[in-house]
Amino acid sequence: MEIIIYGIVNSLTLILMSIGFALAYGVSRIPNFAHGALFILTGYLTWLLRFRMDMPYGLAILLSLIIVAIIGVALYQIILIRVRGMPISEIIASFGVGLAILEFLRWSGLKGTAHMLPPFMSGSMLIFDVPLDYQRIIVVLGGVSVLLFLWFFTTYTKPGLSLKAIAQNERAGLVLGIDSDIAATLAVAIGAVFAGIAAIILLPLGNIVVEMGYEVLVFAIAVSVCGGLGSWKGAVIASFLIGFAQTITVSLVAPHYHFVTALFIIIMVLIFKPSGLFGRQKELEERV
Amino acid sequence: MPELRKERLDRGVKVRSDTIYALSSMKEIMFLVGPGLLLILLLLVLPLVVSPYWQRVMAITGVYALLSISFGFLANYVGLVCLGGALYVGVGGYLSGLMNAAGLPLIICIPLATFLGALLCTLLLLPCLPLRGVYFAIVSFIYPLLAGRLIAATGFYGGTDGIPGLDTLPNIWITLYLAILILLIILYGISRMVNYEDVGLVFRGVKDNELAIKASALDLTWYKVQAVYISAVMGCFAGAYLAHLYGWVGLSLFAIDFSILPVAATVVGGSGTLYGPLLGALILVPASEAMRAFGTLRIVFYAVLLVFFVVFWTEGILDFLKRKYEQFEHWVRI
Repeated sequence: MEIIIYGIVNSLTLILMSIGFALAYGVSRIPNFAHGALFILTGYLTWLLRFRMDMPYGLAILLSLIIVAIIGVALYQIILIRVRGMPISEIIASFGVGLAILEFLRWSGLKGTAHMLPPFMSGSMLIFDVPLDYQRIIVVLGGVSVLLFLWFFTTYTKPGLSLKAIAQNERAGLVLGIDSDIAATLAVAIGAVFAGIAAIILLPLGNIVVEMGYEVLVFAIAVSVCGGLGSWKGAVIASFLIGFAQTITVSLVAPHYHFVTALFIIIMVLIFKPSGLFGRQKELEERV
Repeated sequence: MPELRKERLDRGVKVRSDTIYALSSMKEIMFLVGPGLLLILLLLVLPLVVSPYWQRVMAITGVYALLSISFGFLANYVGLVCLGGALYVGVGGYLSGLMNAAGLPLIICIPLATFLGALLCTLLLLPCLPLRGVYFAIVSFIYPLLAGRLIAATGFYGGTDGIPGLDTLPNIWITLYLAILILLIILYGISRMVNYEDVGLVFRGVKDNELAIKASALDLTWYKVQAVYISAVMGCFAGAYLAHLYGWVGLSLFAIDFSILPVAATVVGGSGTLYGPLLGALILVPASEAMRAFGTLRIVFYAVLLVFFVVFWTEGILDFLKRKYEQFEHWVRI
């Protein structure tokens, strides 16, 4: 029972961490390798606004989400737009930006365990005899609502559909009047906001540390690569697969192996099913 | 304001030395071999004049230069973007360290670790060879992370503490000139291979057009294996060398620096040739050493530099210098 409940929590944690990346990379093929940096940046900004400038918590969250969205737009408009279509350059450039942000934060004083965000609600409750604190329940609810939003956004709204379009066939998209630069900017900005939301929901569970930025990036890559690109459903299934695998290894083998499992799963998926769990023919072509 | 454009013309000596008359005068011979000779002389003379601290920096620069060449060879000539530099270093270093701890002398350890380690790395990467581009990069990037975490979690081979007390290379001269000599041999060998041998042509075919290779009844995977083995040999040597430079092997041999720096070197130096990554490594490693006083801020400088080169100066330093060397430039009115 414990495994099931904590597995679900863990899986939704992964979904939260990776959904922004999966939206930008999976749905519209813009690899935003600064994802982990944006995650930490939002957390740190919120912390600064809340505790250094004494803003109310809600306002601090809102402001830092807006700032991160602006950074996302700038990231695309200044950097990524110039290397669009060259996957390796896109990755190097965005990873460089992420590295710069993370290491700058580390240099400017984000060290040690002094930085914590307060949880929204403290306390815990019993679910099937398993104690679960409220923040973890918020993680589950947050994960589910982010997923629902994403499903609605990419299925029923025009901007959402245009994100899919530029990944599937950019030229056809242009013919139909989709400005691919605007769509891509939107994808990066929304991805950045999702990274921020994830940070605000997840960071109260622990300290804000720079290393987490790298970890988030690795998990995000793991989930979107395993899930197969273009399908956020694949990303969801992959999150559950990795999340449960991790929880099981942690409780049955040893906690050290929790990262190893994720890495091992990515390698296995790429070797045996290169198009990802839910990939289709076109994706197979570009991977193998 | 009249509109201007830059006109570039080849220098006379370049036009003349491009043809068969290259050997007609000393000046033209020097034009052709000068840059290479300068590099070799610089590498051979520099250890004699710098301080002991910078001698060690040079040795580490040599390690990174080898890794950069290995990365550049795979990426530019075979089309495999392999971020597994840390895997090579780790495997080479650990093998050599283990053999040394078991009592073998260095002169056996290092070559054995180099070739066996390369074999091991190739076998590990073998299942991922069908993957392309970004996916191969991701998988090869994950291998060293996985290996590091596995060693930390299981506590094999000293776990997080590593294996201390290995033999170190006898003295600083042998240390340095070993690295430089191997570097030069590898540069010479690889540039002969990719430019003048048939297999070099096949490698480029693997990069540009896999179907053409298959249509020529050549085994695609076999050629990729060969290329990966060659680059792994360089990387594993770098690892074994590093292990005996420090006299210690540990998890830091799997650090992502060894995977990332070659990419940075290639971006800064310029891709497309073997010398670009080399030049990049020769600039970046001493530069990062000189910035050591800034602490982690130097990684920020580094990252900003990387982004600048990728986005705004894609040709890299080598191509820029080459253009200045071979051509005149002047503005003309359109």
